[in-house]
Amino acid sequence: MEAAAETTKKKKKMPKPKPVWRGKTGVADYIIHAILILLTLCTIFPFYNVILMSFSDSVAISKQVVYLIPTTFDFSAYTYIFQESRFLNALLVTIFVTVVGTLINMFVTVTGAYALSKSGYPGRKFFMSMIIFTMFFSGGLIPFYLTMKNYGLVNNLFVMVLPVAINTFFLMICIAFLRSIPAALEESATIDGANELQILAKIIIPVSKPMLATITLFYAVDRWNEWWHGVLFMTDVKLLPLQALLRELLTNYAQLSTGIDISSVVTGAGFHPEMLKMAVLVVSALPIACLYPFLQKYFAKGVMIGSVKG
Amino acid sequence: MNKTLGRSIIKNRYVYLLLLPTVLYFVLFQYVPMYGILLAFKEYKIKAGILGSPWAGFDNFAQLIAQADFWQAFNNTIIISLGRILIEFPAAIILALLINEVTREKFKRVYQTVYTFPHFISWVIISGILLNFLGDSGVLNQLLVAFGFDKQAILTNPELFRPLLFISNMWKEVGWSAIIYMAAIAGINPELYEAAHVDGANRFQQLMAVTWPSIRGTAAILLILAVGQAMNGGFDQVFNLYNPGVYKTGDIIDTYVYRTAFSDGASFGVTTAIGLFKAVLNFALLYAANYIVKRLGGEGLV
Repeated sequence: MEAAAETTKKKKKMPKPKPVWRGKTGVADYIIHAILILLTLCTIFPFYNVILMSFSDSVAISKQVVYLIPTTFDFSAYTYIFQESRFLNALLVTIFVTVVGTLINMFVTVTGAYALSKSGYPGRKFFMSMIIFTMFFSGGLIPFYLTMKNYGLVNNLFVMVLPVAINTFFLMICIAFLRSIPAALEESATIDGANELQILAKIIIPVSKPMLATITLFYAVDRWNEWWHGVLFMTDVKLLPLQALLRELLTNYAQLSTGIDISSVVTGAGFHPEMLKMAVLVVSALPIACLYPFLQKYFAKGVMIGSVKG
Repeated sequence: MNKTLGRSIIKNRYVYLLLLPTVLYFVLFQYVPMYGILLAFKEYKIKAGILGSPWAGFDNFAQLIAQADFWQAFNNTIIISLGRILIEFPAAIILALLINEVTREKFKRVYQTVYTFPHFISWVIISGILLNFLGDSGVLNQLLVAFGFDKQAILTNPELFRPLLFISNMWKEVGWSAIIYMAAIAGINPELYEAAHVDGANRFQQLMAVTWPSIRGTAAILLILAVGQAMNGGFDQVFNLYNPGVYKTGDIIDTYVYRTAFSDGASFGVTTAIGLFKAVLNFALLYAANYIVKRLGGEGLV
């Protein structure tokens, strides 16, 4: 047993031999790598630049043609935003949306996906078509807005949670996954007299943990990135999520709507307004960067496959 | 017959209970708003609500047709979507094929990891990054000045706005879009390549004879879906990047609806009519694309 484990370990360490059909490593390979490395730099550099700008003063920036190597570390923009009540408020709103939103997402998605993954009950086909139809047709912005207004969701935190309680795409992935679970697992429990609720809780959820973890992360990223419902439905600036606040800062409406006066920040705290924007931007993107390694581990394995063709 | 149906429903009562939250969601947040489409044929009065407002026949559509700005947005949407299909769509396939040519798994994974990251960042944040990068004192202008060129106001230049949309969207999404093709490529039986190699096919010939046929079906489905979104044009991206300076080339139907309804106080009847017009066109395009792909011998959506 141990020896077997060791050989698989060794196998992993050895680079896979290059398939014969690829031919010899030639000019084409170098060109391909050159292109891919260039694209890698293009992807990383803008992020790197934003991080640099968030803690660099303008004098230092102007000394280099392109500011690549940081010469000053001025964190005053960060200390400023973490004392600024509007920012902290928006951060709290976003945390609420992420936590509550993801919980609701998972509850509705898992129960719904399990029910839809089963067959042989009246109405299943109808419900499926009802769901798929909404992927291709919707009432449009104004009817949506008026309906949410009717529900009393204007200036209500739940407007950033309930209308997005299900992502149909993730639901389909979930259904496809649950269908791939061997029926024998459930059958033994059915014979023991367990009902569907018990089967879901005791059998299905435990064996689906990796898939559920992935979907949870995808939902959490979506909720963290919330800005649109905030912009559309919040007239009270205290209820804006972080990224809606960032949007206001970026479009320079800050003074009018958020109460953060950028010009007074410049004179008062002594840093460039760009630094403030970049600092808020970095804080908005940071949690996703931290979650990304976990996300990446799963989707690379092909969790998303098979869902395109529902 | 009815008896067995009833029995079947009772037998599956827990399944229906589990389905309830999902059905409630789709009814309350997808289907109830659809009844608001009625507004497209009404003159909306706030006090009267959707049902109580008086009917207006096709007046809203007549007003809509008379708006020059609407047609500008309509044309922009079509041009931008066409550009996305012609430029961004093939880019994902090409990237997947390029990454596939890398033989070391480790490098492959690094490339994939880096390219996919921006997908998870919202357009609000990306627009901030672009403002920083392309703005007056941004990196690009610093480089231009260093090499003796004039500064460019990239973000407010209507000539440059569409290329900016294509390039920035590729930068954000191409890695993510490539994944689905990479998954299809990973499923190819290596024996096919070996056989092609024995027959004397070089790498490019292998690509055309083995790799491409195996991802063609995926490409066709994604193309159908893209055509079915053609009247959308990418609201999140345009909304976060555009400004009055680029309305001429960058204003799309969705941004036009939002702006006129919520900033300019346009009638909700007319803006609903625009939404309906758009949704119907999208649906028709999806249907047509599906039909054409099937006619050409491909596998369609349904």
